[in-house]
Amino acid sequence: MAMNSEHDTPGNSHDEARRSFLKQSSLLTAMALVPGPLVQAAAAELDEKVAAVFEKIPLKLEVNGVKHKVSVEPRTTLLDFLRENLHLTGTKKGCDYGQCGACTVHVDGQRVNSCLSFAVMHEGKKITTIEGLANGDKLHPMQEAFVKHDGFQCGYCTPGQIMSAVACIREGKADSEGEIREYMSGNICRCGAYSNIVAAIQEVKGGGQKV
Amino acid sequence: MNEQPKPKKQIGAPMNRVDGHQKVTGAATYSAEYQLPNITYAVLVGSTVTKGRLTGLDTKAAERAPGVLAVISHLNAPKPPGPKPEGKDPSQPQTQGNPLQVFNDDKIRFNDQPIAIVVADSWERARYAAGLVKAQYAKEAHQTNLEENKSNAFLPTAAKKNPKNPMNDYQRGQVDAYKTGAVKLEAEYVIPTEVHHPMELQAITAHWEAPDRLTLYDKTQGTMATRRDFAKQWGLPEENVKVIATYVGGAFGNALHSWPHESAAILAAKVVNRPVKLMLTREQMFTMVGYRPYTWQKLGMSATPDGKITAITHESVGQTSTYEEFTESTLAQTRMMYQSPNVTTRYRLAALDISSPIWMRGPGEATGAFALESAMDEMAYLLNIDPLEFRLRNYTEQDPEKNKPWSTKFLKECYQLGADRIGWSKRQLKPGSLRDGDWLIGYGMGVGTFGAHRGAATVGAQLLANGTVLLQCATTDIGPGTGTAMTQIAADTLGISPDKIRFELGNSSFPKAGTQGGSSTVNSVGPATQEACLALKDKLRTLAGANNPAFASARKEDVTMQDGYLTVGGNKDTRVSYADLLKQAGGTAVMVEAKPGGEGQKYSMYSFSVHFAEVRVHQLTGEVRVSKLVSCADAGTIVNEKTAGNQMKGGAVGGIGMALMEHARIDDRFGRYVTKDFADYHVPVHADSPAVEVAFVNQPDPYVNALGTKGIGEIAIIGVAPAIANAVFNATGKRIRELPITPDKLI
Repeated sequence: MAMNSEHDTPGNSHDEARRSFLKQSSLLTAMALVPGPLVQAAAAELDEKVAAVFEKIPLKLEVNGVKHKVSVEPRTTLLDFLRENLHLTGTKKGCDYGQCGACTVHVDGQRVNSCLSFAVMHEGKKITTIEGLANGDKLHPMQEAFVKHDGFQCGYCTPGQIMSAVACIREGKADSEGEIREYMSGNICRCGAYSNIVAAIQEVKGGGQKV
Repeated sequence: MNEQPKPKKQIGAPMNRVDGHQKVTGAATYSAEYQLPNITYAVLVGSTVTKGRLTGLDTKAAERAPGVLAVISHLNAPKPPGPKPEGKDPSQPQTQGNPLQVFNDDKIRFNDQPIAIVVADSWERARYAAGLVKAQYAKEAHQTNLEENKSNAFLPTAAKKNPKNPMNDYQRGQVDAYKTGAVKLEAEYVIPTEVHHPMELQAITAHWEAPDRLTLYDKTQGTMATRRDFAKQWGLPEENVKVIATYVGGAFGNALHSWPHESAAILAAKVVNRPVKLMLTREQMFTMVGYRPYTWQKLGMSATPDGKITAITHESVGQTSTYEEFTESTLAQTRMMYQSPNVTTRYRLAALDISSPIWMRGPGEATGAFALESAMDEMAYLLNIDPLEFRLRNYTEQDPEKNKPWSTKFLKECYQLGADRIGWSKRQLKPGSLRDGDWLIGYGMGVGTFGAHRGAATVGAQLLANGTVLLQCATTDIGPGTGTAMTQIAADTLGISPDKIRFELGNSSFPKAGTQGGSSTVNSVGPATQEACLALKDKLRTLAGANNPAFASARKEDVTMQDGYLTVGGNKDTRVSYADLLKQAGGTAVMVEAKPGGEGQKYSMYSFSVHFAEVRVHQLTGEVRVSKLVSCADAGTIVNEKTAGNQMKGGAVGGIGMALMEHARIDDRFGRYVTKDFADYHVPVHADSPAVEVAFVNQPDPYVNALGTKGIGEIAIIGVAPAIANAVFNATGKRIRELPITPDKLI
């Protein structure tokens, strides 16, 4: 993915939303001047469109180096925004309550459960997801280590484990096996590949590479 | 002659997974992640009562909510043309297999049963509108407590109908002979309801590509079984239904059955005539996609003072639903594991107003092994004999149930491997002998076994223009690494590098295979891969033979594939390019079905495992920490040490969950689960899991298949929970017979 390119998400752009809002607003004004039954008829049709415009608010943020100007509903979680609006499905939904860690992403370098965070809270923030961790074709050392140590089985919790593992080292909380297990406990792996995940983290930590 | 260096043997090598790159980059696509045009989002509304009838359903507000495309319930749902779930004779309960047809009537059979589905143009809108649906009910008294319903337990219908069904009562020697034994024990054991909870929430994307053509991107362990179920439900030819499950985010058995949410999504897609995506919530994972059933067991055992078992009686009552009879092999291990002349087993079901259970990893056997292996420890303690020594004194050299020789059994070797690694010699017979400050230390063991099952499977193979061999099979991979193991098997059979092989799976349109369950995938698909590769070699030899006589007389084993050329034994003078082969009419594609032979008639085929646990129990708080786990397996040939080892470690972690934390609790007053998420249904996290040590005997079984494999997935967990419970006894002197072993039971 190109770095720092300006990118308007198709069909969801700020400008488009504003344009249609203006269109709808003038319609509403016009409707106020016409007889009741017509308003009712139109309302059934327009109800949804009007609601849609009022429900969405503009948002600018950067995901994996790509800038997005969008409008989203305030109730949309960062997780659903990434998965459904940007189609970045590497970030996984495992519980929606911040209990499993499958949705872990980095927000300005900090690990965050994206299911517990609304997209609109991230105005101007830089988000990194699993899709943005590698440097082009070159895997991040943590991704390499997960492959080498078989730090997964089904692969579903893996993006969250890797994002958390990178953060764990950056936070300086990977100095011993016990510390890694403690600071990785927010990421559940039901396949139970924990021993291998810890081995992968220890290798990256021990290798001294910058993560 | 130009002898090529022999390629490195791949079977047994710790090869990295073929799909590892996809999984670590987020590129692996699971069933809710397919980008289809005009996609819609569906949310299920569940019943808030446990039993009764729906008397009113107000969907108006939901229908008017923004973005809503449809609200479907029994009031307006189209009825699929397939057979009705109740069958012709409503007095006969449905046995396993048919999906519950949703929105078929106003009857409520369990709490959170889907009563409506809301389809909208986003998750947020569908979820909001689902909350606007209002239901009225005529409630009836319900039963959700197994203990209160044990007296109504019954023999499964399948057993009543067929005296050969293994769910029938079993006896060898005298019935209940333990009652008159020299040294005897009798104890009751309970396993509460446990839920699979794979990390991927159950999800499906249903797409009617034409009025009679359905494509499902679905979380399933069997693409063909899912295709069969929904083709039947909609009265379609099977070839009109396509099921895709390229990646499955864990399942542990809960995707071995078709479920109501799948029916609902398919129905919704029909109504809105657009693709529908549905993903269950974590709460719904408790109520809609099965669980390991609450099971009560009673075990009686007698032995001679010198440690020979004289009799075992093992009874169990497992829970099932009112609309399906779910059975599992809870008592199987008791019938064949130890050399007891008298064995009685009795298996019963109690039907409750709860959704249907489904096999969960180590199904039945893991439940039964908790009772049997705990009782073995109890008896060893009564006899003042080391529990490992007690098991050796009752070791079976042939199957005492079927009176057949084992195909292979290297359980003694497993005992030795495990005992050495855990440091069994440190264990004291007297509980509470070892301590480290406030922590009491104990050691325990538990044995597991599971049938080395094999079914028919077909694999297709062809040579592609880029020099890659493409293999295809409808089998799935829920995490063990099927594609990786098959690539290794193909590499050895073809004599080419694994990076020249692509094994595609998870698609019902591919050559047929059974479901990924019962540790049978490598046993079944492995030989089909091997035979398809041999057939491909033979086909290439025949094609080459048309222009090159050297091939016409060559054996297929001598055909060598390298660097884009086919040669006889690496002799450059005989070489024919892949491009030339592919130019010939008919192509290179072959398809081979591999089936088990009659070996099962002659031999008793099982995988075996033993698990050793070291626990530390805090004497004031009752906190239990598993400080060390060693799992050893006799699983035949190990195709990939790395992925196989990972499976064993994962099973051990699952066993920690069974032993110490997992408990899905219902408030019987309401018939509703009070455990609804990972905050109250605990599963092991990093901090709960020690480094698990794994050792394999790695001896091929010559009878299950030509590869020598026996299966790993189930034996990885069977026997782990009793190993931990026995270690807790050894540490504390407290025998906990009702799982999970939470601190309140120890202080």
